[in-house]
Amino acid sequence: MHIVDRRLNPRGKSLENRQRFLRRMKGAVQQAVKRSLQNRNIRDVLDGGEISLPIDGMAEPSFRRGEGGIADHILPGNRAFVEGDIIPRPPGGKGGKPKDAGEGDGEDGFRFVLTREEFLDVFLDDLELPDLAKRRLAETEEETPFRAGYSVSGSPSNIAVGRTTKLAMMRRVALGRPRREEIEALQRQIEECEDDENRLALEAKLKSLTEKSRRIPYIDPLDVRYRRFENEPKPVAKAVMFCLMDVSGSMSEHMKDLAKRFYLLLYLFLSKRYKKVEIVFIRHTDRAEEVDEETFFYGPATGGTLVSSALAAMRAIIAARFDPAEWNIYGAQASDGDNAHSDGNLTGQLLREILPLCQYFAYIEVGEEGGDSSVSRSPLWMLYDGIRSEPLPLSMRKVCRRSEIFPVFHDLFQKRDAQSRVTP
Amino acid sequence: MTMTVRPRERLLFEGADWDFATLQRIHDACEEIALGELGLDVYPNQIEVITSEQMLDAYSSTGMPLFYRHWSFGKHFAHHETFYRRGMRDLAYEIVINSSPCISYLMEENTATMQTLVTAHAAFGHNHFFKNNYLFKLWTDAEGILDYLDFAKGYITRCEERYGETAVERTLDAAHALMSHGVHRYAGKTTIDLRQEEKREQERRAHEEQMFNDLWRTVPVGKAKKAGDIGLEKRRAALGLPQDNILYFLEKSAPRLQPWQREILRIVRHVAQYFHPQRQTKVMNEGTATFVHYQIMNRLHERGQISDGSFLEFLKSHANVVFQPNYDDRRFSGFNPYALGFAMMQDIERIVTKPTEEDRAWFPDIAGRGDAMGVLRDVWANYRDESFISQFLSPNLIRRLRLFHLYDDPEQTEGVLVSAIHNERGYLRIRRQLSREYDIGWTDPAIDIVDVDLAGDRRLLLQHIVMNGCYLQESDTKLVLQHLADLWGYDVLLQEIDGSNTVAREHAATPRKIVQS
Repeated sequence: MHIVDRRLNPRGKSLENRQRFLRRMKGAVQQAVKRSLQNRNIRDVLDGGEISLPIDGMAEPSFRRGEGGIADHILPGNRAFVEGDIIPRPPGGKGGKPKDAGEGDGEDGFRFVLTREEFLDVFLDDLELPDLAKRRLAETEEETPFRAGYSVSGSPSNIAVGRTTKLAMMRRVALGRPRREEIEALQRQIEECEDDENRLALEAKLKSLTEKSRRIPYIDPLDVRYRRFENEPKPVAKAVMFCLMDVSGSMSEHMKDLAKRFYLLLYLFLSKRYKKVEIVFIRHTDRAEEVDEETFFYGPATGGTLVSSALAAMRAIIAARFDPAEWNIYGAQASDGDNAHSDGNLTGQLLREILPLCQYFAYIEVGEEGGDSSVSRSPLWMLYDGIRSEPLPLSMRKVCRRSEIFPVFHDLFQKRDAQSRVTP
Repeated sequence: MTMTVRPRERLLFEGADWDFATLQRIHDACEEIALGELGLDVYPNQIEVITSEQMLDAYSSTGMPLFYRHWSFGKHFAHHETFYRRGMRDLAYEIVINSSPCISYLMEENTATMQTLVTAHAAFGHNHFFKNNYLFKLWTDAEGILDYLDFAKGYITRCEERYGETAVERTLDAAHALMSHGVHRYAGKTTIDLRQEEKREQERRAHEEQMFNDLWRTVPVGKAKKAGDIGLEKRRAALGLPQDNILYFLEKSAPRLQPWQREILRIVRHVAQYFHPQRQTKVMNEGTATFVHYQIMNRLHERGQISDGSFLEFLKSHANVVFQPNYDDRRFSGFNPYALGFAMMQDIERIVTKPTEEDRAWFPDIAGRGDAMGVLRDVWANYRDESFISQFLSPNLIRRLRLFHLYDDPEQTEGVLVSAIHNERGYLRIRRQLSREYDIGWTDPAIDIVDVDLAGDRRLLLQHIVMNGCYLQESDTKLVLQHLADLWGYDVLLQEIDGSNTVAREHAATPRKIVQS
């Protein structure tokens, strides 16, 4: 017989298997989330609540018999039945088939309940802001120091006292440096000693001890350690997002709702992507104003429509606060497509000025519920469509139904190859 | 049970603590009884002490000490771990591996009494069964399995390096889905020799590439009309059809598989085959081990080698192990193989030593023969669950367990019929039915590959013979068939043939492009 102690074997033998499982699980969750987006109302997500997903990709299928058919069972523990008895099936149960013996073991325990945050994480995970690349990388890097162990050299202010004394003590103990009490005791002994011969021996011993303690210093330069820091470069994304919304009288509540949903998603998305992102909210009727988030989403306003006013405001703000050489500028505009006829030229001109400054500009045209989201003949759409033929970072979509918001958003911000531009 | 004070020196251990010397003493004491008194015949033992985490590991990779990597083992780990951490389930009593030397795992948390129990149960009970039962002798190669698994693990790792993890994973996923239909059910010409398998791998691969090209070269290219001339029987014979070992068929005949994919199918098939006897002998295997540990523990106590306290501790765990809840108990989840097996072994012992008139009538061959161990050793060697129950389930035990038979016909709207109970008229029917429930040929759906459309689109045709109106589970079948189509490389059709010999249902699948690299 042979006894082997396996306890000291490397732990986590199944770690690799577990990691593979988690990787696969993540993929499956992502797929399920995407599938569920098709028929999910945005409120379900944004109001919180929980989403549970059965995981198909986790199943390990095999050929098995299904329910139904004639079944025989031998069971233990009969007390009352006699041959020929008919036992009524429990109500609701189809086959009256007892659960499979000892099998299955709760395989469907692998259901994932995602909270709102997790759902958003998964949902936004494969989305990306176009041209996230910085224009001026050098300026946007910052360095933060982090602890990186100890070093033998450094500045006095970084001396690691604890570590140094610990090392010194280790060395003293290892080399057998006499302790102070030891020497003091010896000195006392010499003072009290009356016998000369003995005294000589003690003095010799004292001499060797003091020499030894001189040879082996209390703290040696070898012991000294310094705290070491390393600098970690941190790219700082300087990004600004302009949200432009038409709040004129022609915008119905439904349209405003659609636009708000879009911005809400955008807002969530941005706050996930950038640690620090400036957001500028501009709403306009026939004149534009920069407002705070609360007013933008919930403040009432009404009036005529002059899209150029919003673009002009955006241009002014860029000029005043966001140097395009340093900032990544994104624009998102929502409108019903209405614009004063006389405003067309000015709007086009402004847009052509703004677009080269932007990394990306998305235009969402909102329509009435039940409208056709594939085509649009609105003045603004026609105008923008003309500009789109030029190589400018502009993309546009029309949305009529709430359920389209998610897919459109997803579409606009899908991860793309670094080179390809968004083209609808 | 005799409750006398024994000299302390003779005790194998005191209290719950143990060390390696204790384990050695425990093993030697068990061995003395197992070999000397019970006449068991075992592989050399190797006892491995492991932690609870390692036990979870072993659990998740079907109990094998080394295994290739796959996400499903990680899934099972997570699953078991959840239950274990929540305290909803205890860890395995023991894990023992059918290999030579026979490896038994002991968990470090166990008390000395539990280590004794596990040693007696696994290192002697299971070990004897593995070495002597005819199914294991026929289908498994205890000397070669560990080396083979080592080879398999290395091979699959190399495949992952060369062909990418995803490709290997998809092949393994597909192979696992077909695992239950990857065994030879009937003895072939040769016995299994896994070492040989491993050596021949290279050679075989080259050879097979040629062979399989040859096979497909016979497909007429230009003159499509000629294909019709090939007789159905001839075509079937050329492909070895009908074939119930789906993995084997794919490995040999799937036209679009890479050589390494064939080898992976082969590995999964060997693993399935290795576990096949265990599936067919659950009741007997556990019954044997439980009977053996019960004998050994009792003898150890009689001989004064374990204390009364530790004997009581043993009885408590033993009672847990052989507990069989009644059908209306909330804890009921089918028959407990430990309980049924142990009860039947004890019943055989009773029939052999103290038979009643009824026993003499039912078991003329063994009743009153006196040599219980001799009879049991013979039973352990020559039966599997199905034949064991159909031979040895006695009226006495049927009465004791109060067994009854439910006949559930969906046509019968009033309810479920109690068609037999534990009385004179019922014994035989209950015994026959219970044995059938342990017959894999009866419980697993019978699926055969019956034809390949060589002349046309190379569609693979499978048939499931429906018994008792029990069709295949829809969603799972779809998934498995998809895997099958992916491996086959062309369309796959599964027909379900019902009692009147007509096609009642059909499932079809078209290969995805992913598996083929």
